[in-house]
Amino acid sequence: MDAANAQDPMVPHRYRVAEVWEELDDVTTMSLLPVDGPPRPFKAGQFNMLYAYGVGEAAISISGDPAVPERLIHTTRNVGRVSAALTRLRAGDMLGVRGPFGSDWPVEDQKGRHMLFVAGGLGLAPLRGAVCQALANRLEYEEVSLLFGARSPDDLLYRSQVAEWGAFSGANVEVTVDMAARGWTGHVGVVTTRLERILGTSDPANVSVFICGPEIMMRFTAQDLTELGVPASRIWVSMERNMKCALGFCGHCQWGPDFVCKDGPVFRYDQIGKRLAIREI
Amino acid sequence: MELHSIKDLLADHPVFKDFDEETLDLLAGCGRNEHFAKGSLIYKEGDEADKVYIIRRGDVAIEIAAPGRPAIVVETLNQGDVAGWSWLVPPYRSSADARAVTEVSAVSLDANCVRGKCDDHPALGYQIFKTWLPHLTKRVRAQRLQLLDLYGAG
Repeated sequence: MDAANAQDPMVPHRYRVAEVWEELDDVTTMSLLPVDGPPRPFKAGQFNMLYAYGVGEAAISISGDPAVPERLIHTTRNVGRVSAALTRLRAGDMLGVRGPFGSDWPVEDQKGRHMLFVAGGLGLAPLRGAVCQALANRLEYEEVSLLFGARSPDDLLYRSQVAEWGAFSGANVEVTVDMAARGWTGHVGVVTTRLERILGTSDPANVSVFICGPEIMMRFTAQDLTELGVPASRIWVSMERNMKCALGFCGHCQWGPDFVCKDGPVFRYDQIGKRLAIREI
Repeated sequence: MELHSIKDLLADHPVFKDFDEETLDLLAGCGRNEHFAKGSLIYKEGDEADKVYIIRRGDVAIEIAAPGRPAIVVETLNQGDVAGWSWLVPPYRSSADARAVTEVSAVSLDANCVRGKCDDHPALGYQIFKTWLPHLTKRVRAQRLQLLDLYGAG
């Protein structure tokens, strides 16, 4: 790739699939290695445009650890033509990558506070890098907690890593599912039913929360957190809209006055909370 | 002795924290301290809903039985929750199973006794309505979100 193209954010860089993990029936994670140059640094919460050659592009969150940029990790659910092609990729296959794009989780700025991550379903993927970052500096936070909700015990993403975070990394981990067969000894219920418990004795004014999951879940979770006393300015959510150019040019992902690709996907709740309730957008 | 300790146990529970002494005395007369071993059934769908359980410790799974497959857990209740609402609504039959997921300690209140005292002391009934309804509302709201199957496509 020549130097001019290398700088053009609309030109994909070639990457090769190094490894693929089947996470769930319709969800795969792959690690990618750059073909054209050094790894591109990224921040937790950002996304790349992944290009399945001959099929198309899709915006996929980066789910790797920013401290290990040489392993670009993406987790994809098969929900459409492009994502289906991405989940079919195997080790050795090539794909195009544009990015990283968008705003990030402000993990570093929350030091000294109880850092709570609330993830729903595949929403753990965009949060994973931020959780890794916080746990790598665990003692600099009052507490690091993860509240993770999924449809059923079979739909829990990154199962072994979540267990490891709870057992060895100093994180307070709560997992809850919407439905389970008898024998599941964990909790059953939506994440909002566990907020009081996971906040524990922390002063809500000293809690920071990153939420990622379906929009309805984020809306209700943020509402309940503010009712519990967590300042709206200490809550961040990651929004999802149909992103195309990823640069704020095409307007596909416009959300009120913002472009989710450029101004988001991570937004502070006090700045967008009212917009979450506007049905027309 | 037993009355005194039940009253203390109730007073410690978040649902009863705003109840005055006199009201707690009334309710304590209907109460019993109970323990359930892990895995044991607390009540069963279709049973007479003759008790309500004020959970002091442990986790309780609310289950719906399904033929030919394991029962489905639809909700977990914990310390600070109340298990059983059917005692308030005719025909007073439990609408689900409740099973102890861990060892569970609870104060059970005799439903006939509480209903009788509410009839005799309407203020008690109103206080129960005012303090328990928010708990019930929270659970209904949470179950509405569950019904959406949010994570299926997200």
